Amino acid sequence: MSSQSNQNAAANQTNDALAHSVGIVSPQKMHFDQALALVSGKTLKQYDLVYETYGELNSAHSNAVLICHALSGDHHAAGFSSEDEKKPGWWDSCIGPGKPIDTTHFFVVCLNNLGGCNGSTGPNTVNPDTNELYGPDFPIITVKDWVESQVRLADALNIQTWAAIVGGSLGGMQSLAWSLYYPERLKHSVVIASTPKLTAQNIAFNEISRKAITSDPDFHQGHYYRFNTIPSKGLMLARMIGHITYLSDAAMGEKFGRDRKTEAFNFGYDVEFQVESYLNYQGERFSKSFDANTYLLMTRVLDYFDPASEFGGSLEKAFEKASCNYFVVSFSTDWRFAPERSEQLVESMVKAGRSVSYAEVDAPYGHDAFLIPTERYMAIFSAYMNRIIKEIDA
Amino acid sequence: MRADLKLIEPWVKSGSQVLDLGCGDGTLLAYLRDKKQVQGYGLEIDTAQITHCIEKGVNVIEHDLDAKGLKRFADRQFDTVIMTQALQAVRRPDVMLEEMLRLGEQGIVTFPNFGYWRCRHYLLWKGKMPMSKTLPHTWFNTPNIHLCTFKDFEALCQEKGIKILNRIVVDAQFSQSRFAMMWPNLFAEFAVYRISR
Repeated sequence: MSSQSNQNAAANQTNDALAHSVGIVSPQKMHFDQALALVSGKTLKQYDLVYETYGELNSAHSNAVLICHALSGDHHAAGFSSEDEKKPGWWDSCIGPGKPIDTTHFFVVCLNNLGGCNGSTGPNTVNPDTNELYGPDFPIITVKDWVESQVRLADALNIQTWAAIVGGSLGGMQSLAWSLYYPERLKHSVVIASTPKLTAQNIAFNEISRKAITSDPDFHQGHYYRFNTIPSKGLMLARMIGHITYLSDAAMGEKFGRDRKTEAFNFGYDVEFQVESYLNYQGERFSKSFDANTYLLMTRVLDYFDPASEFGGSLEKAFEKASCNYFVVSFSTDWRFAPERSEQLVESMVKAGRSVSYAEVDAPYGHDAFLIPTERYMAIFSAYMNRIIKEIDA
Repeated sequence: MRADLKLIEPWVKSGSQVLDLGCGDGTLLAYLRDKKQVQGYGLEIDTAQITHCIEKGVNVIEHDLDAKGLKRFADRQFDTVIMTQALQAVRRPDVMLEEMLRLGEQGIVTFPNFGYWRCRHYLLWKGKMPMSKTLPHTWFNTPNIHLCTFKDFEALCQEKGIKILNRIVVDAQFSQSRFAMMWPNLFAEFAVYRISR
């Protein structure tokens, strides 16, 4: 193929993706003046939240869906920021016309969470007290704090009750937390590839990621902005470790095997295997687009999440407070948040008498499977969301 | 509508908690929900059936009964535990029955009668494992690995101290023919049992 036709093919592909998406989207920013008291005891006097919306809010305000992002996500969940953007939002596979979260029926809201690094108030934004970037002084946030901030956004958008709150991984934790702290404000909680709390192994991986960042000489105790640098080596390493845990052995084997860039061994330590090349590329790209302090913060948000601890350690007791319907999905090869973790959630929901459906999807992509539109995943996700549409229309 | 649903319905209290083991496409649970405001959960392993349940708005939990058993459910968590046409397909029907009555106040079980005259006739005259509309599989790939007759089932219940509260014997169309009622172990194709401790 000539380079011309290659370009045309690429352009056609983008046009196709654009046509099957929510289209060109632009973020909005909302300012909140009312102080937010955090679980840590600290207070955010004021803050901004950046968000995107897709679809139309109906007159009854009954078709709103909140999307909660995971560790490295942001408000740009679907569609394209511009015609030049190569890749759509991070969950475009599931949000859009004719997709499981069908924007011809739902009004979808996705925000960048507090502490994020893509426009909402976080370590890389200005602290009004000092007129400097927050950096490491940005307070530690918890899932509960996020829910509080999201409640205010919902109020501002005139959404009293969400038709559904949907999230994968850390996003699933936010959906669960809403159902426990604001049971009357959502009808359905969709919890994908998530867990009631992190295991020791999960926390251990997070600690390695944090150590990678904080031991980078360019980290400067989190004040790297002052030195006009970023701890890119550390952040890259953190992402590489994380990335391995999001994939399965089988998925990596299928994608890379033992393929090498050159046929013969080079008998050195430079990148030779394709998997090395891929990890380095992913790590490097991430280190340029993500903020290290936010990464640290996100891993701590994960570590601290354990709603059962507020109910004497009983998950069942926690769910007795809830009233929404749950849909829980896990993936067979996800060893980061394994199916057993989701089953634990389901078991407690049933014991508490909650309505719940659960599916373990057989997919080879590890934890990342929640982002990948495999056939069965799309079928059950669509079936569940269609059920919600029927309820709204009834 | 499935005829067996009508037979089961009177034994399920309005507003009660029901667990359906091997719930299929959720027809029974949807029926009990709409007719009797039952709060129910179905356990199922077939992926297509699970999607059908979700479409119906029935609570369905993907669960491999043989691999995982029912340990994760608490004693007396349900009023009624139902198993329609699946007892013969589990690895240990005896353990399953005991588990059903640990979780529920009462159990409702339906299964095909291997003592049905056509089965006997097939084996006697053809000398081969019976196949029929009800039992369409060959011996080597059948999911029905623990077929039994009514007499076998009732003997097991007696051995386990399980009370049989009701029994309805029916033909293939789930209607109660005179023959079937007179000589059930020979002329009835299915039975619906209500059991308890």
